[in-house]
Amino acid sequence: MSVRRLAEEAAQPAGFAFTEKNAAWAEATIKKYPDGRQQSAVIPLLMRAQDQDGWVTKAAIEHVAAMLDMPLIRVLEVATFYTQFQLNPVGTKAHVQVCGTTPCMLRGAEDLKAICRKKIHAEPFHRNEAGTLSWEEVECLGACVNAPMVMVFQDTYEDLTPERLEEIIDLFDAGRGDEVQPGPQNGRHLSAPLGGLTSLNGDYDDLIEPNGYHAANGAGAKRSAGGSAATPPSEAGRPNTESEETDPTMSAPGAASAAKVDPKTEHRQSDALAAEGHAAGAGREGGARQGATDVDDPKRPTQPAGTGPAIMEGERTRTTDTKAGPTQDDHFDSKAEGAKTDSRPGEKPAGLLSQPQGDKDDLKKIRGVGPVAEGKLNELGVYHFSQIAAWREVELVWVDDYLEFRGRAVREGWIGQAKDLQGSAQNGDGEA
Amino acid sequence: MLQDKDRIFTNIYGLRDKSLKAALKRGHFDGTADIIGKGRDWIINEMKASGLRGRGGAGFPTGLKWSFMPKEVGERPHYLVINADESEPGTCKDREIMRNDPFTLIEGCVIAGFAMGAHTCYIYVRGEYVRERQALQLAIDECYEQGYLGRDNKCGWDYDIVVHHGAGAYICGEETALLESLEGKKGQPRLKPPFPANVGLYGCPTTVNNVESIAVAPTILRRGGSWFAGIGRQNNTGTKLFCISGHVERPCTVEEAMGISFRELIEKHCGGIRGGWDNLLAVIPGGSSVPLVPGADIIDTPMDFDGLRDIRTSLGTAAVIVMDKSTDIVKAIARISYFYKHESCGQCTPCREGTGWMWRVMERMATGHAQKREIDMLLDVTKQVEGHTICALGDAAAWPIQGLVRHFRAEIERRIDEYSHNAHDVKPVLEAAE
Repeated sequence: MSVRRLAEEAAQPAGFAFTEKNAAWAEATIKKYPDGRQQSAVIPLLMRAQDQDGWVTKAAIEHVAAMLDMPLIRVLEVATFYTQFQLNPVGTKAHVQVCGTTPCMLRGAEDLKAICRKKIHAEPFHRNEAGTLSWEEVECLGACVNAPMVMVFQDTYEDLTPERLEEIIDLFDAGRGDEVQPGPQNGRHLSAPLGGLTSLNGDYDDLIEPNGYHAANGAGAKRSAGGSAATPPSEAGRPNTESEETDPTMSAPGAASAAKVDPKTEHRQSDALAAEGHAAGAGREGGARQGATDVDDPKRPTQPAGTGPAIMEGERTRTTDTKAGPTQDDHFDSKAEGAKTDSRPGEKPAGLLSQPQGDKDDLKKIRGVGPVAEGKLNELGVYHFSQIAAWREVELVWVDDYLEFRGRAVREGWIGQAKDLQGSAQNGDGEA
Repeated sequence: MLQDKDRIFTNIYGLRDKSLKAALKRGHFDGTADIIGKGRDWIINEMKASGLRGRGGAGFPTGLKWSFMPKEVGERPHYLVINADESEPGTCKDREIMRNDPFTLIEGCVIAGFAMGAHTCYIYVRGEYVRERQALQLAIDECYEQGYLGRDNKCGWDYDIVVHHGAGAYICGEETALLESLEGKKGQPRLKPPFPANVGLYGCPTTVNNVESIAVAPTILRRGGSWFAGIGRQNNTGTKLFCISGHVERPCTVEEAMGISFRELIEKHCGGIRGGWDNLLAVIPGGSSVPLVPGADIIDTPMDFDGLRDIRTSLGTAAVIVMDKSTDIVKAIARISYFYKHESCGQCTPCREGTGWMWRVMERMATGHAQKREIDMLLDVTKQVEGHTICALGDAAAWPIQGLVRHFRAEIERRIDEYSHNAHDVKPVLEAAE
């Protein structure tokens, strides 16, 4: 079960009315059911209201309740029970629903989620800055033989590669979503096996186009931009027992924005997780995290359990950090600043600026830099890719320590990344 | 291997003309009136003789189910409800029927409706299948126009079909939850008895059938129950749509004879396992709710109800999820646990609380952050959830974990060892893993 609540009052529009066309449609829909059973139409009507407004508003729920002569609470029950109803505003140009259930996960859905985190927002159900895009992870959408796949509004985009998804998101953001052909993106025809039919391959006289199959499958190159026949080995697999630091999902800037998350927003699991995972010692017997070894490291701030940043959906609840220390991860605890000594490893970088020279670069483009880290870098006097690109390794180590990233900056190769970004900025914005 | 002439779904890939005219040429609605003319008892007996078992996962004999409806229509009307809420992870067969071969389903609805005295049929399509719903509605509209549905139609049985849809709740695939949802309520399963055949939709006698079960009926009745019974093994007859997903070279949906061996199914239609047969780790043969089996056990097993039962799993919906050796098997099952946690309707305590508990423990098992005795505790909890809930979602959440522990206990223990080993390592893993 997931906890779902209506959007806060401030976001709710004052009223709701079906457009003329939709109102006529609603009348016809109600008539499909026997007399006195008009309540049956509640899901179709709410769905139409969502199609009209982009999400299900409180006013819409009230409107539908009045139309169907239902008690308001019954409609509220329905709206909050069924997960397809969006109770908060979603992206205006696209709301990307990534299927993350096992069959898709086996074929690389986690890479697709990473793309959404990178291109849209670190958190599901959050809109990007322009408010045009949002994403969520959904449970099985029923296109498992075409995994991995996403759904945008009413259409599915299947057999995706991360690159192709990136293109699709860009097209939707540019308002050109209708240029993307729905269905498989690797040239195959619907659910038929790629490369050649193994059944029903007779020479029927009612084929939609002569040799329709071959056109759809063989010469699929015309539509295979970014898609490749072979699905790359998925990252779903591989026993993953390394520490949190080497977990690729952690390198996304996600956790940094935890502080910005509106506390009123329901994170479907985060509350339960936080309660479960961070009550002192709750449910944990003898793990590596317990014991008083953290006294060995007095510099590390101790933090009362349960006060840290809320855990986000998809984030691990464990602390795989095998270093002894507090049970809470303190990457982003800026209060720790004061306790710092000057005995940092590395060397303080040269060329720090008091203010940006011209427009400052968007440092968030660097993998591993989130809004908080960007703020810290700015505070330090780093505004441009060129500055980072000019650092030496020892300077990067110093910055890494300053930001308390415990090696992330080095591991993610910020210097190299910055050089690339600097290059693409000079070549006239390489990013499409 | 099944010949094309014995395939029921002749346009499952949507490569052929989808109009009613073309469908008539392919033989749909051929002699429907004659079949109806033979009467209710003949139809039900023929369905029983065909040995068709329900295609929605539980495998209940379809003919028997139809016979449960009251013989005479009393004051309350009878209803046929088609379960097109295909949400079991791995399953995507009804989708192909609805969007590419909808007339098989429509004709089946008319015949089944006649056999149980129903004049109205509701097709409950899952909310996410928007295009499929539109394609189905288009086909139904065409049938009304051409006089195959509605009053005084060419089939000889007054009939209306209403397409309804859900809004993203897996639990609405359970028949009583589906009826609740169709009545405009939350999809929470009802206690049985009374069974839907007595008190179903709007309190009236109702039969709920899977799309595929109904869609194969017209062909069975045209060609005779014995034809269908001649395919496959006893008690496991006929043809079946298999959806093969995961780590095969070419995932696809394909209609095959029941009892085809796993090896043949994969070799013939999917181009083999990714990386060869030696790379096969495990298979979930019937949608996410059935226990997984190690690759070696299933390779030469016939893919039907009894064959898979023998290796302690189930055919389910014939959604074959293949996992090769690159798979993090514990994580894959943990993801399934998350699915059930997400989809639990919240009505029964063992399921509402148990699915979340099991998922959290599975997440820890996936990283090895657990105690070995917790494996037995987990197994014990799955046994306590299983069978103690109104519907089968509790069972479905328990089985994958039981299957995992049965076959991959060593892997879970290895991770626990590895985790605790690393935990006491002086050198932080961070540097070791660089």
